Order: sequence, then structure tokens, then C-alpha cells
Amino acid sequence: MSKNILVFAEVRNGEIKKAALEAIGAASNIVDEVGGQVSAVMVGSDLSNLADLLANSGAGKVFLADNPVLSAYSPDAYAKVIADTVADNDMNLVMVPFTAMGKDLGPRIAAKLDVGMVSDCTGIRVTDGEVNFQHPIYAGKAISWFRQNGDGCLILGTRPNVFSVMEETGKTAEIVNLDIDIAEESVLAKVVDLIKPEHEELDVTEASVVVSGGRGMKGPENFAMLEELAEIFNGAVGASRAAVDAGWIPQSHQVGQTGKVVIPDLYLACGISGAIQHQAGMRSSKYIVAINKDPDAPIFKLADFGIVGDLFEVIPKFKEELEKLSE
Amino acid sequence: MKIAVCAKQVPDTEVKVQVKNGAIDDEEFTYIVNPYDEYAVEEALRIKESGGDAEIVVFTIGGDRAKEAVRSCLAMGADRAVLLNDPLFLETDGRGRGMILAKAIEKEGFDLILCGKQAIDVDEAQTGIRIAEILGLPHVSSVNKIEWGEDGTFRANRDIEGGTEVVEAKLPAVLTATKGLNEPRYASLRGIMMSKKKPIAEMDAEALGLTADDLKPYVSVVGVELPPERKAGKTVSGDVEETVPQLIDFLKNEAKIL
Repeated sequence: MSKNILVFAEVRNGEIKKAALEAIGAASNIVDEVGGQVSAVMVGSDLSNLADLLANSGAGKVFLADNPVLSAYSPDAYAKVIADTVADNDMNLVMVPFTAMGKDLGPRIAAKLDVGMVSDCTGIRVTDGEVNFQHPIYAGKAISWFRQNGDGCLILGTRPNVFSVMEETGKTAEIVNLDIDIAEESVLAKVVDLIKPEHEELDVTEASVVVSGGRGMKGPENFAMLEELAEIFNGAVGASRAAVDAGWIPQSHQVGQTGKVVIPDLYLACGISGAIQHQAGMRSSKYIVAINKDPDAPIFKLADFGIVGDLFEVIPKFKEELEKLSE
Repeated sequence: MKIAVCAKQVPDTEVKVQVKNGAIDDEEFTYIVNPYDEYAVEEALRIKESGGDAEIVVFTIGGDRAKEAVRSCLAMGADRAVLLNDPLFLETDGRGRGMILAKAIEKEGFDLILCGKQAIDVDEAQTGIRIAEILGLPHVSSVNKIEWGEDGTFRANRDIEGGTEVVEAKLPAVLTATKGLNEPRYASLRGIMMSKKKPIAEMDAEALGLTADDLKPYVSVVGVELPPERKAGKTVSGDVEETVPQLIDFLKNEAKIL
């Protein structure tokens, strides 16, 4: 059955999230197999100059919900705009990149349309014309495959860093400016402030290299060493629950079952024993390297390369060798 | 003030997950209150303790086995509970679960609905937000800080990539809790004793006016598998002069990251 797909193109700080371009890529692959079309919708204000990037990444049509009442994110207001677009255009699949905003918005769209939703999708396959969606459960300890029942619309939350952005198609898209009829007073919840940390930090879920510290780091001051290492790789600093609970590093850096799930190209675990709950957050990394004093640490069973040693000796030496390489 | 808390009973985070006959093998499972829902219960208790007059009602979808989780929430300090018990409820999907809880909550009317951001078994993160939309209420999800203002207005913080969003809304509302919102208390012995006397009302599909057709799942699982096994690679030990060059070599030639 062909898919008329609408992808929510999240815009942050005037830029389209890469995860949205990835979703357009995934949508294009589905349409290649079962037929249909890929459209994108952007919601906010001052959006017109961004439409070309969406066309180049595979969207045949771009809907613009460009209005001052939408300049600050509101889940209920954004959901209304998107639900109306779906209904008016007979869309049967809505892809929402499962970023912080997507996780907040996707279910609201699903409930507004009263349809089903598959969250945090990490794979898509087409078997005999039926599209199936992969979704990790039990914090990634198992994988389930979902199908949609019936022909209605399905909401799909796509995990960032899983699907690929299409090579520049050089295509242009039809642009549709949506009429927005939302009264300011009818908006229920709205973002009123954005707090940024003192230093611009790359989020662990968006980095291709994560340098992570655990109990073995012994104290907050030692994370500076990991920050320097992360910087060499243009990566982000992560942490185990032990380090976060000890107050050494903020919660936003926590990787694991009650933290974030990351899938970087390289995950460097320093002084992390590798409990099951931590593994849940990083076991899908492309490559895992572990440094730990304890040869029996469970992390070594998961690592592609491990060093049994004192991280306070290994990491400075590692940095030294990396700096030599770049000369 | 009336506070509804949605709590789910889930398998313990320590359980070994295995697949048998294409489904999760739950024979050896032990169960807990969903950790994220505990933050919701705790927040309700703190609001009650700081404000004075509040009633906290726990809503749980489950069978008899789930009563244990409900009692845990009552032991922490919730006042009473409603167990939504019907085989149809266990066969539905995220859409169905949102509908069941919304209908049950709507029967009474609440000022605040608190949920955990997701259940650690199905990891859908939909229920709380669906309840909000169904009831026409504002929601803020994944909240790690709440500041109460005047007349039911509040500001809630949530982490986003590279920062924190502050969202403003007004009660009645739905908030879903994440780690960092508070530190859930352990039930005291007295709390445990008192929980045995607190009422757990039961409601089935008929009581909520829901039919099998209302609850039919819109998405279904076609298969469950274990993730690809990760085999341990090479582990080296010894002097850093020896081990670090091997790491560099691995990153250059195998991982091709350098």
C-alpha cells in the first residue's frame, strides 16, 4: 500500500535538525519500495529560506506553517497545525524525528488524530508490501517489530543517528504556505525561556564520538581530562549513573537505562564497569573502547578494544599520542 | 487539590531478557513500580506536603499481580487507588492505554495529572501526553523541575539538546516526570502498614464505557528478537607505552576513526 508521508522538519536555532533530514531519507526509501510521496512540514516563524534544504534531501512538497504565534514551541499548537495538514492532505504516515521536541510532540499528534504510534524507531523493512517498524524494548535488551493494523494514519518517531540523509538530489519542492488560524490565547503550553549552559556543549545523542566517565574517574575535577579528549574528537562527554548520582557531572550527560541512549561511531568508556543498565544506553555504538583497572569489569565483554590499566595514566598518554598524530 | 498519578507495574531493570517462541519469556520476572512513575508519585507527595489539602489517587492498568505495585505507591503516601483491570486492557496499544486512563481520570476530575515519562518495558513514552490531548489539557513532558506560580500557573523545565527549555502553562495539566525531578522516598514501616487499609477500587472496560472495538490495537507486534550479540574484541594490559599505541592502531586501522 503506497505511503503518503509527512515528515516533521524540526527547526532549532534557525537550522533544520539533521535528524529530520534523516527521516526524509528513510521516508524516501519507503516510497521507493511501496510508492507514494514524501512531504515535509516546518512550523515556526521566518522559515522560507530553509525549504530548499528539505527539497534537496528528498521532500517533494514543503508545507510552511510560518506565523508569529508559532515562533515559540508549543506541543498543542504545533500538533494542531500538523494534524490539520495530515487530514487536509490524506497523509497516512507522519514521521517525527525522536528528538527532545519530537518525543514531546509525536504522541500529541497521534492523540489529536486518534491514531496509532510507534516510538523510537530504529529500523524499517518492507516485507510483501507491508511496512514493519523496529523498536527497541526493555531499554534495548530486546527488539520488537511492529506493523500497523488497518489503513489509517500512523505516527512514527524516528531515532536520530540511525537513518541516512540522502545525497543531494538537486530537486526543488512545491512550497505550500499554510493558513494559520490559531489564537494566542488558545495555546495551552508554550516555551517561555531557553537556558543554555555556560559552555556550548554537544549533546551525547548528537555526537559521533562520546568520551564517557564512571566511578573510576574518582571526582568531578577529573572530567576535565575527558572534556579535552572529547574536544580532540569533536565529540561529547558522557557519564555513567554512578558519576551523575555522585554529583560529578549533570544528569544531561548520563548514558544508560535512566539516562540517554547513544549510538556514536565511537564510545570510549573510562572507569565504567559496564552494568546492564549502562550497557542499555551504549551497546549499539559502532565501536566501543573501554579503559578500566578491573580486568573482570563487564564492559570488557562488550568492548571491541579494551585496556586494563589506570585511566589516569592511559588517558594522558592517549592524548599525547593523538596530539603527535595531528602534527 | 486533586492529583492523579498514573503508575505502571513493570519488570525489574535487573531481569535477564530472553525471547521464547517469538515473545519475551517472563517466567522468571520480578516486578517493580516503573521508576519514572515513582518520580511522579513523589512529586505528588511533595505538593501535598507543601500545600496542605490534597488528595492523591493512583491509577494503574493491570491485573491482580499489579496490586503489589499499587500498594507500593499507597505505602509511599498516596491516598487511594483505582486498578483498571480487564483482559481487554492488556491487549491494547499505546492509543488504547491513553484512552483507558483518560476515561478513568475524567470520571472524577483532577487539577493535576502526573505520569512517568515512559515505561521501561515498552519504552513508548506516549501515555501521559495522549491523556493530555484526550482531556484537552496542556502537557509538559520529561520534566525535571517545577516552579509553581499564582492561580495554578507553573513553569516546568525539560532538557533539550544543548540546553533546558522552560515551558509555561496553567492547571489543570499533565506533567510527565524524568530523573532529576526529585528523589523518591522509601516507604516507611508505618506507610506500609497504613497502605493495607487504603482502598483500591477496580474498574473494567464496561465501567469505563469502552468496548472491544474501542480498544482494538492500531499497531501490533509481529516479532520480537534479541539484539545482535556483541562479541568482545581484544583486551590488552601492561605498560601504557605498549597499550596506548595498540589503541591508536585499532582506531586507525579497524575503526578507521583516526
